[in-house]
Amino acid sequence: MIALRLAGRELRTLFAAPLPWLLLALGQVVGAWWFLTLVERFRGQYQAVLQQTNSPLGVTDLVVAPFFGSYVLLGVLLLAAALLAMRLLAEERRSGSLRLLFAAPLAVTEIVLGKYLAALAYLLVFLAGWLFMPLGLLAGTELDLGRLAAAALALGLVAAAMASVALFASSLVAQPAVAVVLTAGVLLALLGLDTALGSGDPVIAYLAVLPHYEGLVQGRVVSTDALYFLLLTAGFLGFTIRRLDGLRWHGTGV
Amino acid sequence: MTAEVLLETTGLARAFGPHAAVRGIDLRVGRGECLALLGLNGAGKTTTLEMLCGVLAPGAGTIRVAGHDLLAEPRAARQCLGYLPETPPLQPDARVIDYLHWAAVVRRIPRSRRRHLVERTLERCCLGGVRRRVIRNLSRGYQQRLGIAQAIVHQPPLVVLDEPTVGLDPRQVQGVRALIGDLRRDHGVILSTHVLADVEAACDRVAILHDGRIIHEQAVAPAADGDRRYRLRFDRPPRPDAVQALDGVLAAEAEGEQSLRVVVRDEAALDGIVAQAAHGGWRLRELAREVRTLEQVFLACTAPRPEEAA
Repeated sequence: MIALRLAGRELRTLFAAPLPWLLLALGQVVGAWWFLTLVERFRGQYQAVLQQTNSPLGVTDLVVAPFFGSYVLLGVLLLAAALLAMRLLAEERRSGSLRLLFAAPLAVTEIVLGKYLAALAYLLVFLAGWLFMPLGLLAGTELDLGRLAAAALALGLVAAAMASVALFASSLVAQPAVAVVLTAGVLLALLGLDTALGSGDPVIAYLAVLPHYEGLVQGRVVSTDALYFLLLTAGFLGFTIRRLDGLRWHGTGV
Repeated sequence: MTAEVLLETTGLARAFGPHAAVRGIDLRVGRGECLALLGLNGAGKTTTLEMLCGVLAPGAGTIRVAGHDLLAEPRAARQCLGYLPETPPLQPDARVIDYLHWAAVVRRIPRSRRRHLVERTLERCCLGGVRRRVIRNLSRGYQQRLGIAQAIVHQPPLVVLDEPTVGLDPRQVQGVRALIGDLRRDHGVILSTHVLADVEAACDRVAILHDGRIIHEQAVAPAADGDRRYRLRFDRPPRPDAVQALDGVLAAEAEGEQSLRVVVRDEAALDGIVAQAAHGGWRLRELAREVRTLEQVFLACTAPRPEEAA
């Protein structure tokens, strides 16, 4: 399938530059620091209390859930998505190399899908690294693997939505820097919607990312939450396809 | 035209908002033919070529590439064309050979044929020596060659080149012209330029584009039996009507103090003029055939008309 070939090529060009590597390293350092902080806190503060009170809580509740359930990993993903927005379409438009794809026998859907899969793959590399950290705890303790899988799914769904937002922002403008700001703006709005407004309005609560994300991280895999992320992803992919089609019609400097 | 028609457009038009960039263009390019679109900046050349290649949707009109309608069968039609935009669509961080492989991939060339086609293209565009180089480090001339290479790597019947010689030094221009000459042997080529020498060196036909319309189309080689125009210089020039009265002279007009410009029906009429010049003591000093160069045609066609300026 040509979209996969496009994605493979896109990843190769992405990793030919130093910035994605740097960001990947930074993401892992931040993730590791946050993870070790949580482990340290568990050993120093919680473990003794838990044993005394014979509490049902364990490592999964006090290390794994907060590890995935905080803003730290989401923030790093947001940064990575913003970097992707810079590269994906905006730069191709600016350098004019998008014309090669437009004049080639490719459908816009294939181009968008190829770019999207590459973006998603890049974000999933972050995720894989972070997933190995709690898995390392298996050496010394027991983990609720089901909840870990739910948390990984949650982060994966967020990454999928972020990649599609980044791709859309990247298709809007030919200036990479503007695409970065747009991505960050849209993603921050989606992440902070509920907290910022805090109105308890059911529509806003449904639109915001965090309520859906938190449910999944806590281990409640609800189909509506998964559907929310899939809708978000498909929606922005659809916008991108329309936008690229529009570039052909309006000719605003492909 | 007996050759296979590779490109045919009818009534091609495109407006950007209220500004009509292209207004009704009919083009035909056959196999083994090179058509030049010549025009001033802003005449609509790039817009036309972008529409031909499916990069820009036409506002009106039809485009057929090698028998496929570009709008109805976009994939089949685009498979049959190679496009070099004004700025070559290169990937600066890639190596030459990887980039060409990539260009073949997006044209859906099967893996089995890809290596062979890339090798052929490298050889054809004289890029073999730089195959492992990173594109960013190549000189402008090599980058332009690589731009042409990506347009022909899948051996499309129709090759569309937008200003292929712009920004090159004279030797590189020679190289690109030779490459175009080589291409037109088994492809159809359409190129845009505002360099008249390009047209004369590499093209068979030229269409002059002005203000979104084709206002003149001609074969590039001067026709053997074209206008019979002559320029005559005398020491004591006669009145133009005295020359016009001679047998076989269609028109005569004074040009400057000493010269006349005449149009004759056939070359035999010159005998009459020379004889009369000797007889009347006009002292003929110079007699030269005037060939209307492409440049003159171009400038005459694109000159701003007084009613437009008003």
